[in-house]
Amino acid sequence: MNPHSNEPLPPQFMGTLAFLPPHAHGNRSLTWWGMMGIVAIESTAFVLAVATYFYLATHSRVWPPHEARPDLFAGTLFTIVVVLSGVPNYWLKRAAEAEKLRQVRIGLVVMSVAAIVLLPIRYYEFVGLHVAWSDSAYGSITVTLLGLHTVHLITDLYDTLVLTALMFTKHAKGRRFVDTAENALYWNFVILAWLPIYAVIYFAPRLL
Amino acid sequence: MSASSEGIHDGEWLSEGETRARLDRTWDQGRGLYAFFATVDHKRVAKRYFVTAFVFFFLAGILALLMRLQLARPDNGLIGPDMYNQIFTMHGSTMMFLFAVPIMEGLAVYFVPLMCGTRAIAFPRLNSFSYWVYLFGGLMLWVAFALNIGPDAGWFAYTPLSGPGYSPGKRVDFWAQMITFTELSGLAVAIEIIATIFKQRAPGMALNRMPLFLWSMLVMSFMILFAMPSVMLASTMLIMDRLVGTHFFNAAEGGDALLWQHLFWFFGHPEVYIIFIPALGIVSSVVSTFTRRPIFGYPVMVLALIAIGFLGFGLWVHHMFATGLPRLGSSFYTAASMVIAIPSGIQIYCWIATMWQGKPRFATPLLFVVGFIVIFVLGGLTGVMLASVPMDLQLHDTYFVIAHFHYVLVGGAVFPLVAGAYYWYPKVTGRLMNERLGRWNFWTFFIGFNLAFFPMHYLGLAGMPRRVYTYSDGLGWNGLNLLAFAGVLLIGISVLLLIINLVRSRKHGALAGANPWNAPSLEWATSSPPPTYNFRHIPLVTSDNPLWEHREQLPVMRGLSVDKRELVLTTVLDAKPDIREPVAKPSIWPFISAIAVGVMFIASIFTPWAVVFGAIPPAIAITIWFWPKGDPGPADEDPEP
Repeated sequence: MNPHSNEPLPPQFMGTLAFLPPHAHGNRSLTWWGMMGIVAIESTAFVLAVATYFYLATHSRVWPPHEARPDLFAGTLFTIVVVLSGVPNYWLKRAAEAEKLRQVRIGLVVMSVAAIVLLPIRYYEFVGLHVAWSDSAYGSITVTLLGLHTVHLITDLYDTLVLTALMFTKHAKGRRFVDTAENALYWNFVILAWLPIYAVIYFAPRLL
Repeated sequence: MSASSEGIHDGEWLSEGETRARLDRTWDQGRGLYAFFATVDHKRVAKRYFVTAFVFFFLAGILALLMRLQLARPDNGLIGPDMYNQIFTMHGSTMMFLFAVPIMEGLAVYFVPLMCGTRAIAFPRLNSFSYWVYLFGGLMLWVAFALNIGPDAGWFAYTPLSGPGYSPGKRVDFWAQMITFTELSGLAVAIEIIATIFKQRAPGMALNRMPLFLWSMLVMSFMILFAMPSVMLASTMLIMDRLVGTHFFNAAEGGDALLWQHLFWFFGHPEVYIIFIPALGIVSSVVSTFTRRPIFGYPVMVLALIAIGFLGFGLWVHHMFATGLPRLGSSFYTAASMVIAIPSGIQIYCWIATMWQGKPRFATPLLFVVGFIVIFVLGGLTGVMLASVPMDLQLHDTYFVIAHFHYVLVGGAVFPLVAGAYYWYPKVTGRLMNERLGRWNFWTFFIGFNLAFFPMHYLGLAGMPRRVYTYSDGLGWNGLNLLAFAGVLLIGISVLLLIINLVRSRKHGALAGANPWNAPSLEWATSSPPPTYNFRHIPLVTSDNPLWEHREQLPVMRGLSVDKRELVLTTVLDAKPDIREPVAKPSIWPFISAIAVGVMFIASIFTPWAVVFGAIPPAIAITIWFWPKGDPGPADEDPEP
């Protein structure tokens, strides 16, 4: 070969890629890796926000600096509903991986409803904190923790609504099932991320 | 055989000319203004990163020149204190956030897919989006500076100085939102790089055959994932303290100013390694090619990279020794800071061993690598000194620290980057850079750098503090400050030589050919510059240094479509072929989404409601971006922004 040629080396064909499938689920898909990257980033943000909570708590003489504690009712109700939503979510994920369109449609509608139901409960959680972000550092971090989780809730609700609409069109096939399954995976993250935040917001002020 | 229901595949049945013609047609990114904004070719996007980051490097360099000019003689009245504060803040912020990290990301965006032997980057539209977000963040900061509302609280913006009480106005808000822009962009690139390296390596390129450059970019991306959320969270808290009255850093209401330092340095220290680790990858590529030897101790080098990645997260408190932390805690961070010298030292010894075994050819890239080794080792030595608390307390906030981190960062990142520029320029442009000019470039840079920064060690020991806009006569600092100015002038000349070389060689450089350096890795297996689809056929990797092993013919796989954009996904560990993955077409929507996001970020400096209502346009734009177009074909993006 001429060393200064700009032509690539001639090919020596060794095998074929022609019979590989065009998509697959779980960690074989790129979507899964993208989702895991997002989960890693957001988990880090949650962990650091919780660390901030305890940093501020341990650097204050009284914690919380107010009489009122967050109301347990709305927060606990939210926790029960969000954990229960894991059941249809699991079912939806399985249906998406099996690429069963009818079940996927039902599952997506159920999950959209579940996320919508959670919003007013979340509203009462904010009311029941009995503290504003501008009252004290305790108020700032408590509202921020709840706000961070709410952003995830709203984002995933929006994603789910878009996907639901999509799965009722002609595009509902192939790779869109992968998207649905990964969206269900993200909802699992929304559920799991909530549990430590629930513990911190509602029980840390009572126990510290 | 050649044609199936799914169209035509590459293979023996198609002539090379026919294969090329079909792939050119299929992967065409279009021409004209629309195509300019819609392109998803990772190489085109990466070139924008190179140019943009280099422009920011040049601008921040001019600021450095102005600072040295101001300090060249005592009691100088050229620049006032307020402007001087803006200048050093802009210099640091631009170099760290708008030059060093983005240019490393750009390098990854260009070369990771090529070294993996794949046809595109993972999530190509997200890649286009991240570039625009980075550009808008940088423009916002520099427009603010041009309007004399540039940030002035230092590149790490310590509270309470940066808080609402001591920094009224919008200056620090622009800084905080610039962080949001650049970190969003950086996080997106990190996801693309991880997915590309894990899932798109050419068949046969098992993890233990990956070039060290890919390992370094992988470690960098993971560090980004876990470090950058910290500064995004912190800058969001800061801007909330400033704009809506939260009290995170307000001691009067139960907040804590040191919280800022913890969150900032939990990002800020890994940030140094986010810049430095890719440079290690460049150095390994250059050393191997110019000594004609595989890198000595490959497994140890990989472990050292990963060890630096982990240890980099355990050092942040050594930036805070002067804040009065408990002594026991300080000892731990002293130990950790010293321990990280071990994997760094291992890397240096392995390169020296490689050069020792081989016959080094001292072309410009290798010269810059040797310059890197000398300067970085000096910076490492002062690093070990600063890791010790008693010394740090003496030297904190003096010019000794300035000398240390310029030796580490310029030595550890800029020298390797210039080496990489000379090394990969022929791949990107098809032409070689001028060697003679390259030698001048190296010696002016090397001498200028040491003239500028070595005296600062002494200035620091003699008590000269950082961030003073002037000093009195008679303190014994005059001569060395003047010398430092001369050094910076010489660096300026060197950078001009580099620019001349970069621009001139584009037209007049010698034609390079596919593999001008006789290098071993896959980016050299395709023509220079590579076609949009990178490789005519997907390479099959059967050894650690494929192009040294195969000099007449390259083993490849047949069977990808030549009429549709496709690449092959492989398994994470062994890179066994797994899926034929469709690749996204060009789209204008990432650009529009980036504009919408930019409007939201900038508006939120002026009203918190922008976060609520400003979120609607990006949501719409991203939905259209994601929504499948035309026939219910496959090929689309991640639903998440």
